[in-house]
Amino acid sequence: MHWDIVIDNFDYFLWGAAKLDGIFPYIHNIGGLAAAIILAIAGIFGAFWIGLAAGLMRLSKKWWIKYPAVFYIEMIRGMPLLLLIFWFFFLAPVLLGQSLPAFTTTMVCFMIFTGAYIGEIVRAGVVALPSGQMEAARGSGLSKYQAMRFVILPQALRNMIPSFVNQFVSLTKDTSLASVIGVNELTRTGVQVDNREMIGSFEVWITIAALYFVVCYILTSISRRMEAQLSRYQARDR
Amino acid sequence: MAYNFNWEIMLSGEPAQWMWEGFVTTLQISVVALVLAMLLGIVICVLRLTPFKPLQWFSLAYVEFFRNTPLLVQIFFWYNASHFVIPAGLNEWMNDLYYWFPGPFSLFGHEYIGEWMLFNVEFITGVIALTVYSAAFIAEEIRAGIFSIPKNQLEASRAVGLSFFQAYRYVILPQALRIVIPPLISQALNLIKNSSLCMVIGVTDLMFMASQVESYYGAPFEAFSAALLIYLLISLFVSICINMYNKHFMIQVRY
Repeated sequence: MHWDIVIDNFDYFLWGAAKLDGIFPYIHNIGGLAAAIILAIAGIFGAFWIGLAAGLMRLSKKWWIKYPAVFYIEMIRGMPLLLLIFWFFFLAPVLLGQSLPAFTTTMVCFMIFTGAYIGEIVRAGVVALPSGQMEAARGSGLSKYQAMRFVILPQALRNMIPSFVNQFVSLTKDTSLASVIGVNELTRTGVQVDNREMIGSFEVWITIAALYFVVCYILTSISRRMEAQLSRYQARDR
Repeated sequence: MAYNFNWEIMLSGEPAQWMWEGFVTTLQISVVALVLAMLLGIVICVLRLTPFKPLQWFSLAYVEFFRNTPLLVQIFFWYNASHFVIPAGLNEWMNDLYYWFPGPFSLFGHEYIGEWMLFNVEFITGVIALTVYSAAFIAEEIRAGIFSIPKNQLEASRAVGLSFFQAYRYVILPQALRIVIPPLISQALNLIKNSSLCMVIGVTDLMFMASQVESYYGAPFEAFSAALLIYLLISLFVSICINMYNKHFMIQVRY
């Protein structure tokens, strides 16, 4: 066994070749687990707004609002993330006229990809609320927008938090795909160390898997606990 | 940046042939992995339901570990580091498979070049990784379906005098399967999409062939759009299946 390889490279797994300097983001060349988590957090943040818009658009009764959202959600849900990453990697230079760094490309892809899934969560969350909530809000004189903004969404979004955390877990796992186009995150640091040392494959990949597992398992247990807590305060039909 | 779209190259000649081969490989790896993952998933789920504690713990650990690590890492693990887990003889046999592959052959007037190259080490590694990964999800879906049947059904059927096995066979499973099958079909769709990750170890599936067309012909946009279209058609087909199933078999269960 060659656990010393893992011990020697453990800091590289955690934050890559990050270095501190005086220029604005102050930390440059960040990689490893830190880059994976940054990608996941940025991805889920963008995906939340895209998903909220897509989910609410899908609930609309006007066809020209509804069908673009249906098209977006169904199309993204039908394709593998790897394909989206490759596709966007080659599409972005055509659209923008200049090449986009791999890190930014994958970040945008995670937003677009997770946005579709969050759109479905938002739709399901809004539909799951008893219809009496909307009727009562409309009946007490709120406009449709106000009813959505002040009555439906605050309840629905709170019930959706566990699903968001689950989506965040699956996005954290999906950040490993960024390694395929060369973003230096956790999986790619594993590939690098594995290819350089060549005798420590088992130890390296067990360590990488364990690092992902720790992050994802903590989040999964948080989401389970939240689910149990939140289900006590839901509005019900009866 | 000017980009000349050249859709014609995808429709004939080598690119079309490659994409077709990739499509066939994707179907092959998905079907083989799906069948194995169903079997393994059922076994893992049964272990979870047995009254023997260590087996339950094993099943729980299996599900939690394989659901919370990325498939890509697992694929790299099985490809690079499996010599610690898979016995040496089996490993050697897997690596030698390539040598007794029959090579190109023709059948019914069709020249088979690489389409039926099922047995190489990459393919088997991909199948192992996809099976082990999907089995964790499938086990969890089946368990959720069985647990959604109220517990008093089991108690009632036990009280009527059915054995534990009979209670599951005649009371619980007929109801649970109806709930379980739609999520299982969407797991199958996930597996087909996940099989695209096997390209990183060199399984010549649809994604691999699309990137091969991209690098040979310099037509990335056309190649990946064609792959996208094929994946969308597959998932459209699967969701039509789910809808048909729901329309015909979904009965509102009253408790």
